[in-house]
Amino acid sequence: MDTTATVIEKRPLTDVTTLLVVRAPLVARNAAPGQFVILRVSETGERVPISITDFDREAGTITIVVQNVGRTSALICALEVGEEILDFAGPLGAPVELPDRGHAVLIGGGFGAGAIYPLARELEARGVRVSAIVGARTAGLVILSDLLGPACDEYHVCTDDGSLGYHGLVTGRLEELLAEGAGYTSCFAVGPMPMMRAVAEATARWHLPALVSLDPLMIDGTGMCGGCRVSVGGETKFACVDGPFFPADAVDFDEVTDRKAMYAEDERVSCELAEAEVTV
Amino acid sequence: MPIVYPHKTEMPSRDPQERRSSWDEVALGYTEEQAVVEARRCLQCQDPLCEEGCPVNVPIREFIRLVALRRFDEAARTIRRRNLLPAICGRVCPVEHQCESRCVLAHDGQEPVAIGRLERFVADWERAHGGTPSLVHPVRRAEKVAIVGSGPAGLTAASDLAQRGYQVTVLEALHAFGGVLRYGIPEYRLPKAIVDQDVENLKAMGVEFARDVIVGKTVTIDQLLRGLGFAAVFVGTGAGQPVFLNVPGENLKGVYSANEFLTRVNLMHAHAFPEYDTPVRRPRRAAVIGAGDTAMDAVRCSIRLGAEEAHIVYRRSEEEKGARAEDYRRAVEEGAIFDWLTLPTRFIGDADGWVKAVECIRTELGEPDESGRRRPVPVPGSEFVLEADLVVIALGTRPNPLVPQATEGLAVDGHGCIVADTETGGTSRDGVFAGGDITTGAATVILAMGAGRRAATAIDEYLREKASLVSTAAERTGNIGL
Ligand SMILES: Cc1cc2nc3c(=O)[nH]c(=O)nc-3n(C[C@H](O)[C@H](O)[C@H](O)COP(=O)(O)OP(=O)(O)OC[C@H]3O[C@@H](n4cnc5c(N)ncnc54)[C@H](O)[C@@H]3O)c2cc1C
Ligand SMILES: Cc1cc2nc3c(=O)[nH]c(=O)nc-3n(C[C@H](O)[C@H](O)[C@H](O)COP(=O)(O)OP(=O)(O)OC[C@H]3O[C@@H](n4cnc5c(N)ncnc54)[C@H](O)[C@@H]3O)c2cc1C
Ligand code: SF4
Ligand code: SF4
Ligand code: FES
Repeated sequence: MDTTATVIEKRPLTDVTTLLVVRAPLVARNAAPGQFVILRVSETGERVPISITDFDREAGTITIVVQNVGRTSALICALEVGEEILDFAGPLGAPVELPDRGHAVLIGGGFGAGAIYPLARELEARGVRVSAIVGARTAGLVILSDLLGPACDEYHVCTDDGSLGYHGLVTGRLEELLAEGAGYTSCFAVGPMPMMRAVAEATARWHLPALVSLDPLMIDGTGMCGGCRVSVGGETKFACVDGPFFPADAVDFDEVTDRKAMYAEDERVSCELAEAEVTV
Repeated sequence: MPIVYPHKTEMPSRDPQERRSSWDEVALGYTEEQAVVEARRCLQCQDPLCEEGCPVNVPIREFIRLVALRRFDEAARTIRRRNLLPAICGRVCPVEHQCESRCVLAHDGQEPVAIGRLERFVADWERAHGGTPSLVHPVRRAEKVAIVGSGPAGLTAASDLAQRGYQVTVLEALHAFGGVLRYGIPEYRLPKAIVDQDVENLKAMGVEFARDVIVGKTVTIDQLLRGLGFAAVFVGTGAGQPVFLNVPGENLKGVYSANEFLTRVNLMHAHAFPEYDTPVRRPRRAAVIGAGDTAMDAVRCSIRLGAEEAHIVYRRSEEEKGARAEDYRRAVEEGAIFDWLTLPTRFIGDADGWVKAVECIRTELGEPDESGRRRPVPVPGSEFVLEADLVVIALGTRPNPLVPQATEGLAVDGHGCIVADTETGGTSRDGVFAGGDITTGAATVILAMGAGRRAATAIDEYLREKASLVSTAAERTGNIGL
């Protein structure tokens, strides 16, 4: 059985974000919107979860967008075309449940601007009206407009510094659009935790049903360790098998945010080590 | 005449103080002299009851006879007739509940023959003297068989089917093979080099190993049986889903399931951070909830990670503990503290969300419950607080639902275990067999191996029958054509 995964295309999107197209036929065949993969890039390395930004079952490819935030993500971003990825397991997680009608608004921040693309593609195929709101700190960090823009009926960009599109946070724009009578019937968000929390608050105000993708620390990704557990509606769920998408209004954001910071000190050590290796 | 010593020959082991900071194997194994002395304790019973106590019926009397005669290579071959992984079983079998519990010496006021230690000795001797000849069956069969999960059940089924000439592929969700032997049982108890070598032996026999394949996600059982051309599937996915206590504070930082804690250490080598990238909490005071094998592994790992104090917190008494006698003794030697009759009621966090203590209440044992063990009843007013900056919850595991959820028509029972015939492993789906912890709930290595072996036999029969049906059908069609 061919479980190899080879980088066939690489595109730096910003200074800190890289897009990789990976030939991994076994993973691509069953992939569905909302799922992720787990990568390991060295024999001493961690297993890190990364969302599937695009998949092509025929071509047997998976596209991922990786933000360089630490040791392993730096190693992934440094992979070159033709290189084989040591471990590339997936597709993991439950496919997100998408509606068959109405007007869906997709919200993406950071790598989330890529991760919402498979949702847009599927919604469009189902004939659902799709709007996307994408946020970044500044114009230079807005990614994948070329991919996502054409897949949506409406495409809105927001920047924190106002250098492109709406000046402010994605939720500011969301509420503005809702106030203008956009008539969204569902919302899906992928991005940094503070953004998801803000989306949860905003959509609650407007009684708009929303699902957010949680990204707790993970190891196996198969429901075996419970390290990815999150509290949703007072119940413990394993984000790797029950999620990653959960109803925004039921998520205990304080807990997810806190648990994610569990190894902050170790991560710093790891990064310093990686930098030292690079400078040697 | 056997020489009668009332006690087992001691097995050399590392000094407990040194062990507290070392991941090297604790038990060092018998020398040839010690093995021979121990083997001579065996009475060579007419009716060796010990063999009935072994779930795979290792020819115990015969292999021990050969050890006493120093015919170690023959002893190894004798064990291998029934047990594919003797170096592993000799180390991890709960012998006091299995073979050794039935030894006549044990019923005669003495200690039983140290069957487990002798099995380990023979297997290690064999490895040290050139290893195992791989037994490839010359007949190649056309059918491909998929084995899902590379724990002891899967490895055994793979080996037996390969020996029968089938083309076998083992599909494993993780990036390394061995199941609990890899991610659960620590290095100091079962060196991973042994698991590696057993996997290498299977590769040499022609078994194909594919990692990172999560059956139910990457491929489904139906895809294996249809598009991918496998004629039968064996499911040995284990009981890998952790159970939590469901008390307040369980999601504080520093609270782990035993599976997570042990996986970080064993599979990901977190004890060697930052050389390895995966971190784990370095405790000062650890509290492990539970008293089975898993709890002993967790408490001993926490000591090795630097805990000055490491507690076992268990709601019943010492008598009801599930752990193997040897591991319990080793944990005591290494300084673990045992809080029997103690029930955790809540985890208390500090201002930064880290666990800092476990609130407990003392219990006393009341009437027996469904499990037949006496039910622990909290004693009012006995609450107290146990300081701990690492908590590991080792309350057992449930079958992982991934495969059943993704396989239509595969029947499971109320506990989520796949329903399988105990003799054949046959399930409610044609061509799908199952065995090991996924069918029984958490059990033992040797029981999983036994189930893998029986299923291999049943799969062989199933495929032969199918082949002969096809050929008779072909003949019949031919006749009608005439
Ligand atoms: C379901 C899921 C999908 C994800 N999809 C993507 C994706 O498409 N693209 C992408 O770039 N990242 C994604 N992430 C996050 C990614 O897994 C982490 O960024 C990665 O593990 C960091 O590893 P590191 O060794 O580089 O950094 P570390 O040195 O381990 O950590 C550096 C920083 O990253 C943060 N971090 C560490 N682990 C995670 C984590 N699991 N999630 C979020 N932040 C983390 C730390 O808090 C720290 O601030 C996803 C996470 C999950 C759980
Ligand atoms: C910490 C610990 C200590 C133990 N100590 C002892 C001991 O000392 N002695 C003893 O006899 N028993 C012990 N046990 C119990 C023993 O390890 C198990 O009973 C035995 O391993 C079960 O074997 P198995 O093959 O059924 O499953 P497992 O060993 O659990 O292996 C199952 C494998 O299947 C893989 N898998 C799961 N789902 C999928 C999927 N969907 N697709 C592909 N692969 C999948 C898993 O990753 C795993 O590798 C211990 C258990 C634990 C957890
Ligand atoms: S396999 Fe286990 S139970 Fe059987 S004889 Fe060996 S040690 Fe005893
Ligand atoms: S029961 Fe004990 S004494 Fe008898 S054959 Fe078995 S090991 Fe030897
Ligand atoms: S990552 Fe281990 S259970 Fe989810």
